[in-house]
Amino acid sequence: MSAKTSNKVATIVLYTIASLVILLLAALLGFILIDGVPHLSWHFLTSPAKAFQAGGGIGVQLFNSFYLLILTMVISLPIALGAGIYLNEYAKQNWFTAVIRTAIEILSSLPSVVVGLFGFLLFVVQFKLGFSVLSGAIALTLFNLPLLTRSVEGSLKSIPDLQREAGAALGLSKWETVGHVILPAAVPSIVTGVVLSAGRVFGEAAALIYTAGQSAPALNFGNWNPFDITSPLNPLRPAETLAVHIWKINSEGIMPDAAAVSAGASAVLVIAVLIFNLLARWLGKVLFKRLTAAR
Amino acid sequence: MDEIRESLLKTSIATKKERIGKTLSISALLLIAIVVVSIFYFVASKGLATFFVDKINFWDFMTGKTWNPSVNGANGKPETGALPMIVGSFLITVLSAIIATPFAIGTAVFMTEISPKYGAKILQPVTELLVGIPSVVYGFIGLTVVVPFIRNIFGGSGFGILSGTIVLFVMILPTVTSMTVDTLRSVPQYYRESALAIGATRWQAIYKVILRAATPGILTAVVFGMARAFGEALAVQMVVGNAAIMPGNLISPAATLTSVLTMGIGNTVMGSMQNDVLWTLALILLLMSLVFNIIIRLIGKKGELK
Repeated sequence: MSAKTSNKVATIVLYTIASLVILLLAALLGFILIDGVPHLSWHFLTSPAKAFQAGGGIGVQLFNSFYLLILTMVISLPIALGAGIYLNEYAKQNWFTAVIRTAIEILSSLPSVVVGLFGFLLFVVQFKLGFSVLSGAIALTLFNLPLLTRSVEGSLKSIPDLQREAGAALGLSKWETVGHVILPAAVPSIVTGVVLSAGRVFGEAAALIYTAGQSAPALNFGNWNPFDITSPLNPLRPAETLAVHIWKINSEGIMPDAAAVSAGASAVLVIAVLIFNLLARWLGKVLFKRLTAAR
Repeated sequence: MDEIRESLLKTSIATKKERIGKTLSISALLLIAIVVVSIFYFVASKGLATFFVDKINFWDFMTGKTWNPSVNGANGKPETGALPMIVGSFLITVLSAIIATPFAIGTAVFMTEISPKYGAKILQPVTELLVGIPSVVYGFIGLTVVVPFIRNIFGGSGFGILSGTIVLFVMILPTVTSMTVDTLRSVPQYYRESALAIGATRWQAIYKVILRAATPGILTAVVFGMARAFGEALAVQMVVGNAAIMPGNLISPAATLTSVLTMGIGNTVMGSMQNDVLWTLALILLLMSLVFNIIIRLIGKKGELK
């Protein structure tokens, strides 16, 4: 085959592969949305689930997912910020930093089910937190930390050294430079990273089935006392999330309309991920415009 | 005089803040390191109890073919052969990576070399979105689309290695593709220009220059996809059938390390032998993710541009 013919053949093959993949991905997204969106209604999104009858909703699970997400972010963001700042601003190139970087990399590659089991062993059993929102949030934090740290570090790295030199020239300490100059400049890309990782946390299930539990007791949305067991804010109550709900009703098979509920819930999850993606881009852009002189 | 002297010699507020800030940030970092160490410590201490406390032979565990920890086998010992799950996990991982790799490379080459415009406008956002889709959603689609499809074509229940492979293939495809795209984009532009300048066709430039230069990165992407497939729990558990027997063919129910773990840990009592053997499976998962990590590092070291 001459070079020209093989070039043509290869181009055709590549076009075929790419269109096959586009078709596959489009079919996948289309299936989730077309199959699921018709099930969505205000009733479905707000009413509690029913175990043995048809017509249940996902209200409690949806709330749990968001509550866990917020709690996870509250715990993991400060730690990731601290770790990211140290790695990018203070750390020297030595064995200590290398070991820590390796540890972070290992943590990020651990299967989420192993992280979940560790959370089960340590927090649920050892610390006696039980299947609870708090155990779940800590497990999700462990799962979220390495990525968030890396994204914070990346954001800080993209700030030119000129800024640090300017801070030093003004007589600011390193910490003051970081706090007043570097961090504000890095906020847009840090926010983007946070929102993207939120999408991941929102859909995680394997780390949660043995930490946040697989049951969703009815909540009383009029009761905002965090120490009451029926209060939505109580961090020590078990909390089944949306993703865990999909897994559970499909593997137990006692809910008559499990397929319809999971189709609807899957659509909600995918739409949420879509929103997180768009939000990340949009927020990044808006904040960048607001906080810098760029027009 | 003394006042000035004092104010000059004592640590300033800025220095104090600096020290506090540095301590805070390093303690956050140390916390992560402690977490990693304690994950290994706890999972290992639980997982090794199988061999040291319950006195189960290591080789019997790794090579035994029957998994039924609550029943004593012919030799009077519990049947704790983990080979079916180990084989199941590896089969699914390797098969899905083998299918996903050509598609991922083809798509990535299309996105960067053939049609960068459509690549950036359509494929890029779609792959990014798909990377973020939760694995239970993939599992659910596997359950409602892939399993009935396999059942109709090959007969049987439809649950099995093949369904798991298909689900994982679709799941890791976006990940491997977007990592390959990043590698291809990082190949310097002058490689392409020089290849074309000496009269290479576009395909020759892609095949002989760009893909060669990007090989370490592509390998990393594939291994990364394999690591993800190996550790994936729920999506696989939903379609694989969960029968801990040696997989005789690709369409009969089988089990993976993760599927047995997710099913079993809630049904056994902490500290019992039946529970310990499950932790040993978790330990195997942990060690395998370490192995994938080391492979990625080795590839990175070998592939460094000199």
